[in-house]
Amino acid sequence: MSTFLALAVTGLVTGCLYALTASGLVLTYTTSGIFNFAHGALGMLGAFTYWQLTDWGMPPLVAMLLIVLVLAPLAGAVIEKALVRRLGAASLEVTLTVTVGLLLLLLGIANTLWDTSTPRRVQPFFAGEQVTVGGVVLTGHQLVIVGTAAVIPFLLWAFLHVSKVGVAMRAVVDDRELAALAGASPARIGQLGWGLGAALAGLAGVLLASQVTLNTTTLTLLVINGYAAAVMGRLSSLPLTFVGGLLLGLLQSLAVGYVTVSWLSQLQTVIPMLFLFVALLVAPPTRLHVGSLAPLRAPRVAAARRTALWAAVFVGVLALLAVALPAARVSHATHAMGIAVVMLSLVPLVGYGGMVSLCQLTFAGIGAVALAKVGPGWGIVAAAAVPAAVGVLIALPTLRLRGLYLALATLAFGYAMDDAFFLNGSVMTDSLGLPVPRPLGLSDDRAYLVVCGVVFAAAAVGVLALRRSTWGRRLVALGDSPAGCATIGMGIRTTKLAVFALSAGLAGLGGALLGGQQGTVGAADFDLLLSLTVLLLAVVWGVRTVSGVLIAAFALELTPLLQGHLGPVNDAVPLLVGLGAIGLGKSQNGIMGACFDRVGGLRRLPLVPAPRTPTEGDPAREEVLTSAQG
Amino acid sequence: MLRADNVSVRFGGVQAVEQLSLDCPPGRITGLIGPNGAGKTTLFNVLTGLQRPTAGRVVLDDHDVTRLSAQRRARAGLARTFQRLEVFGSLTVRENVLLAAELQPKLRGAAAAALADELVHRVGLEAVSDSPAGVLPTGLSRLLELARALATSPTTLLLDEPGSGLDETETRSLGDLLLSLAGAGTAVLLVEHDVELVMRVCEHVYVLDFGQLLCQGTPSEVQADEAVQTAYLGAELSSTGARS
Repeated sequence: MSTFLALAVTGLVTGCLYALTASGLVLTYTTSGIFNFAHGALGMLGAFTYWQLTDWGMPPLVAMLLIVLVLAPLAGAVIEKALVRRLGAASLEVTLTVTVGLLLLLLGIANTLWDTSTPRRVQPFFAGEQVTVGGVVLTGHQLVIVGTAAVIPFLLWAFLHVSKVGVAMRAVVDDRELAALAGASPARIGQLGWGLGAALAGLAGVLLASQVTLNTTTLTLLVINGYAAAVMGRLSSLPLTFVGGLLLGLLQSLAVGYVTVSWLSQLQTVIPMLFLFVALLVAPPTRLHVGSLAPLRAPRVAAARRTALWAAVFVGVLALLAVALPAARVSHATHAMGIAVVMLSLVPLVGYGGMVSLCQLTFAGIGAVALAKVGPGWGIVAAAAVPAAVGVLIALPTLRLRGLYLALATLAFGYAMDDAFFLNGSVMTDSLGLPVPRPLGLSDDRAYLVVCGVVFAAAAVGVLALRRSTWGRRLVALGDSPAGCATIGMGIRTTKLAVFALSAGLAGLGGALLGGQQGTVGAADFDLLLSLTVLLLAVVWGVRTVSGVLIAAFALELTPLLQGHLGPVNDAVPLLVGLGAIGLGKSQNGIMGACFDRVGGLRRLPLVPAPRTPTEGDPAREEVLTSAQG
Repeated sequence: MLRADNVSVRFGGVQAVEQLSLDCPPGRITGLIGPNGAGKTTLFNVLTGLQRPTAGRVVLDDHDVTRLSAQRRARAGLARTFQRLEVFGSLTVRENVLLAAELQPKLRGAAAAALADELVHRVGLEAVSDSPAGVLPTGLSRLLELARALATSPTTLLLDEPGSGLDETETRSLGDLLLSLAGAGTAVLLVEHDVELVMRVCEHVYVLDFGQLLCQGTPSEVQADEAVQTAYLGAELSSTGARS
């Protein structure tokens, strides 16, 4: 019994932190309509700023108040004003690109400000103090966490129900347009929501700082656990979110305490994902939203013959490069081709279908592991089939819900897989990484580069052929207007499921090529932050075009080379990618799309005559009326 | 025949539609008018399956479709256009219509393409057939939505302000098109602010106000109704002739 109590108390303390973080997320989402994927990064900045201020000698309480009441809200308000407000009613793809870009940018800034190799310790509040309740020992810091989490909901409730601004905030949450008509300013309310959300992120960061290793990446991604609580609150209910956070912490603690089976040793990291998936399964279906269309103009798709010609030219050029390049460059080029195939998998999913996956490299990793386990023969089939099947399982619970939930599910899956799969000894049998054979047993590096190029070219021709097909039209229509699709009788869920499976399978194939190029793969090759980087670069260069993702893959390969020229900047990749995503995220077709627009010129629409008035005996009229009646 | 049977929709504390019943029989253009916020679009969403009613039933060809999804209702012969446009902006005009035609089980390949081309021609959009739908002006987008809806070969067609954004000539042609569709047996439910168009083409008109049925009848009966004149039509109607 005492073990149970001890575990329950520890779990509830963790749960309080989840609840605080998730509440901040929900607050920003409901007041602005934009999910802040950088929420964890704000918490991380809060923790590091707290360390910095106390290291400079500021009293801990003053440092905490300065962060929670001044710095964090200010940061939230500035972000809302500078980035969020200009997004307006942008698509999920755009809002996600900008907020994930912000996450990487803040991470890059933190890594530059605070050298990651320096170990840092933060003193907990009331260090050394503890009380015993019912045989369970609670430290002073744990009591501060519980006390804060107990007070915050009441403060929030009072603010939202008693103050005039709080009531206006609730009105904006209920109906933005109506609230505006009644005199509230949704923009100001959104700014306040982001300020409050950032304050809660900062508070969680400060309280967490002494409880975990002070690492920028760990702290940034830790908030993903809070997503499960936010989803339980359906991204709108603060009380349910709080309950979700507490429940999650409790479950995690009890599982760690009671499940002692060795192969389930990573259960703690998987539980938030399982919790999230259960919350998704029980969530009521989302109504198809009507009237939120932004005018789109996707780049034109080249004709089949032209595509085939460009593919042949590409393979020819790559074959010449394979002969001419020095060995080290051949290795880089092959790696870029593997990444290009992974990025190509985003074209049908994100570019055409408007759905978002944040764990594409996780699927790539599963593909590489499948190839390693099955062997060079059938391994290449398994490398595509296994991730496709896993993709179906991930997408299934989210089919009834809006796109954001799929993005959250993929993020939670990628985060859980980082520890539970890629660091699991029974999967990655060798501590140096898992040896991966080359498909078809190719040993020559130059020949392998050409084969990778052929695979990319063939896949690209296939993706473009798909876009020109009936199914491609369905996919694009789904991305443009799900409500429009439903009202012409199109099956939305099957289309979503099929494209997600296709995309995961293609990413798996890319992962197999990457594994073959490297010879061995490890957890670092497929980590979640790299998945985010891959997605953002693809979007920035043009995720609706094959040329966009090809250039993005080479850009990813080249960016680390810039590191040496950037002096004091410690972590150039997230910094550059984050800046690019924030700057270009709103241009939906990316850099290549903009180039195609320039090249194609802005054609004027021809003059359009009025609808034809059918006359008796008009064969067109008879034909249409007959067919319209079936 | 499409029928709404005592349909109510409540959003939180707001009663958007209250115990509303209407019939939309084949071969008739039925008008649905009322001021902004009267509940017309909400009723459209209920009829087409995009909004679950709080109470009441939707009946299509004697089958209760209240719990059917929008997709299944569309496959059963219900098509619609939207007040706030839902064209597929990344597809060309022709592709928009072709996609809807291809979804018909018995229409594949060349037959679907022929129907799409014909409908694009029919609504007068052949000049912009290969342009991305996302760049069309509002009026043309409404015609595109009409062509797309027709490509599903509907038995019942629900049009939400199709005349908005069209000039006088285009509106007249649209009216002719609707009359020809009704003449061929299609049931048409028309929400429209252009009172002249409604009075010209509709055989029966329902008037909504604050989610409730204010009045129904022929255009001339509605025109004569004092409550309607006071609540909505006002002087505008008195200067408009009834359907000729």
